[in-house]
Amino acid sequence: MQTSSEIAAADSLSRDGADADVFGDLTGQQPVIAELRRAAGVAADVLSGRAGRAGRAAGGMAHAWLLTGPPGSGRSVAARAFAAALLCPAQGCGSCPSCHQVRAGTHADLMLVRPEGLSYGVKQTRELVLRAATSPTGGRWHVVVFEDADRATEAAANALLKAIEEPAPRTVWLLCAPSAEDLPPTIRSRCRLITLRTPSSAAVADVLIRRDGVAPQRALAAARAAQGHIGRARRLATDEEAARHREEVLRIPVAVTSLGPALAAAASLVKAAEEEAKSVTEGRDQPERDALRQAFGEGSTGKGVAKAVRGAAGALKDLDDRQKSRATRTKRDTLEVALLDLAWFYRDVLAVQFGAQVELSNAGREEDLRRLAGATTPESTVRRIEAIMACRERLAVSVAPLLAVEEMTLALLAP
Amino acid sequence: MHPSPPIAPDPSGVSLVVGDEELLVDRAVASLVAEAKAPGEAATPDQGIGGAADVRDVPAAGLGPGELAALVSPSLFGGAQAVVIRGIQDASRELAAALERYAVSAEPDMVLVLTHAGGAKGKALLTALTKNGIRVIRCAKISRADERMNFVRDEFRRLGRKADQGVVRTLIDAVGNDLSELAAACAQLSSDVTGAIDQPAVARYYRGRAEASGFSVADRTVEGRLGDALEQLRWALATGVAPVLITSALAQGVRSLGKVGAMPRGKSSEALAGQLGLPSWKIDRVRRQLNGWTPDGVADALHAVAEADAQVKGEGASAGYALERAIRRIVACRDRG
Repeated sequence: MQTSSEIAAADSLSRDGADADVFGDLTGQQPVIAELRRAAGVAADVLSGRAGRAGRAAGGMAHAWLLTGPPGSGRSVAARAFAAALLCPAQGCGSCPSCHQVRAGTHADLMLVRPEGLSYGVKQTRELVLRAATSPTGGRWHVVVFEDADRATEAAANALLKAIEEPAPRTVWLLCAPSAEDLPPTIRSRCRLITLRTPSSAAVADVLIRRDGVAPQRALAAARAAQGHIGRARRLATDEEAARHREEVLRIPVAVTSLGPALAAAASLVKAAEEEAKSVTEGRDQPERDALRQAFGEGSTGKGVAKAVRGAAGALKDLDDRQKSRATRTKRDTLEVALLDLAWFYRDVLAVQFGAQVELSNAGREEDLRRLAGATTPESTVRRIEAIMACRERLAVSVAPLLAVEEMTLALLAP
Repeated sequence: MHPSPPIAPDPSGVSLVVGDEELLVDRAVASLVAEAKAPGEAATPDQGIGGAADVRDVPAAGLGPGELAALVSPSLFGGAQAVVIRGIQDASRELAAALERYAVSAEPDMVLVLTHAGGAKGKALLTALTKNGIRVIRCAKISRADERMNFVRDEFRRLGRKADQGVVRTLIDAVGNDLSELAAACAQLSSDVTGAIDQPAVARYYRGRAEASGFSVADRTVEGRLGDALEQLRWALATGVAPVLITSALAQGVRSLGKVGAMPRGKSSEALAGQLGLPSWKIDRVRRQLNGWTPDGVADALHAVAEADAQVKGEGASAGYALERAIRRIVACRDRG
């Protein structure tokens, strides 16, 4: 039940849909695009009989791919573009019905798996493997895009092994993860690795200007602030609330001068994350619950309905657990974004302290940067960055968020 | 207010006991049934046919409407009968409907006692029954400290003994919050202690069994009482307090130190209460605990708590070790100041 809803929830691939080619959405990844294009060409040859199974392997097509790259570099965009290219008769024209269906997430031969909870379990994975073994209905390929494959538990990854080692002849697996090290070596060795690079600020700004119509000045500032994370840059450039929240986070380094402000800063960070999680989940929880109740026959009449509705209790509990897990993850993700913003700030402080000629992420806060750079030592700046990273680790092992963030803000204390 | 609630002279008909305080529910049911057995006089065990003795006690879960009809039908030999149906929040829809029907046209000579846990489950049946004007006895869970103290005082009074405030408090501190255990302790003391029941008497029977919570551990820790804190910790772990609750209490304790300590000393606790989101008595207590703490000490103590929280949540092998270590470190942070 879960996988199908997640698959259906796939959002559109592109904003305007008018890009000539399916790879047009991939920013600053020319080598990757070339490799995927070549693979799609070989895949088409395999289908038409011009290349045998041996040729398929030699010429650049594989049955399992692992797309890695830093967050926001476009792993899932690349995976979906590649899927579109495989499913399109013209290897990704971007305008045929097949490409449109991929873009809308409704293509019958494309399975999009997007773990929404804290982890992806072995039971769901087994269902996924079973469904992935079917033949493509459109006569081309059956593509499974597994976003955030690093969320798969160890048992789930083991359940995948056999499926990605020898998939059905026409099944192609596309796994996405931040880095190859996030997956067990047994999975890594069965996939062809594609590594996306962090797009430059200029490339990201260019996309914002071209596609979202953001003013150049603002686009560049957002691109620098997001450090290559395209989605985050877009959000900073177009969402006032996100930009305001970032400003608040960046006031922390100068505000934490003593115990009181540090504890207050931690409390407000965690509160903001909680509110964010609430706003994201609130709109979705109730409709999901209603839909499930309706599926179990609530509100209808007839023989056996009462019993069926009573049976919904277990399923509702299941749904509750999943929604809770999703809320926790949203909260953690929001905190994570704030922590990275802070880490980049101190990285800029360090750059100023060493006089390094690098692009500053927070060029707009030069005054704060210089003041902190002057008042503290490089050693203490490194220690602060380490405290931020330690806080991320604490959050990952489920330490109470407030406690972990307080520990961090207290470590940030500066004159 | 609670134990043996007064029962109306006419026990026949339907009574409803609502609440989830088991001891009180059992007592209410027992007294209703006793009334049914022998209206006006004390019940004697083992009465024969026609002697009004038939009591049946069944759970509502799994009971069908047909079985209900069989239970409440009058006896061939006449005389009063009592039926207890427990936990009607678990009644099936059909049984609920049958109960509602029965409540409006109850058999004479038939005492039907229903119990309901009082929660949201089966609320429709509860409102339907109470609307019919049947007798309702409430036995809500006792959660407040003063209610619990009243309970113990009433309990002693019921047993014909007297106990002052101090005795009651010592007893609750030592025995814990479970009403059945408290009632048993009262009965024990009443029967064993000759003369006045005073604090030494209580201490003789119930010593050192106090319930330890995360907060009692945290309070002793931030006050720097290492030995007491470790003792409380062992008690808490031995009585099944989850280690995560202890780390969260420690975090709260240290956090309050930081929050209150950062405020100007001259401000009154009432003025700070709203600002800090803590009750004013808590602020007063934290101010006393602040003795010996420095900002650096608080920061290091919080670091120790965070580390313990990570250990407790699976990073470490032993939660008990992680907690003891954290407590030692926190106490050391205080002394260092």
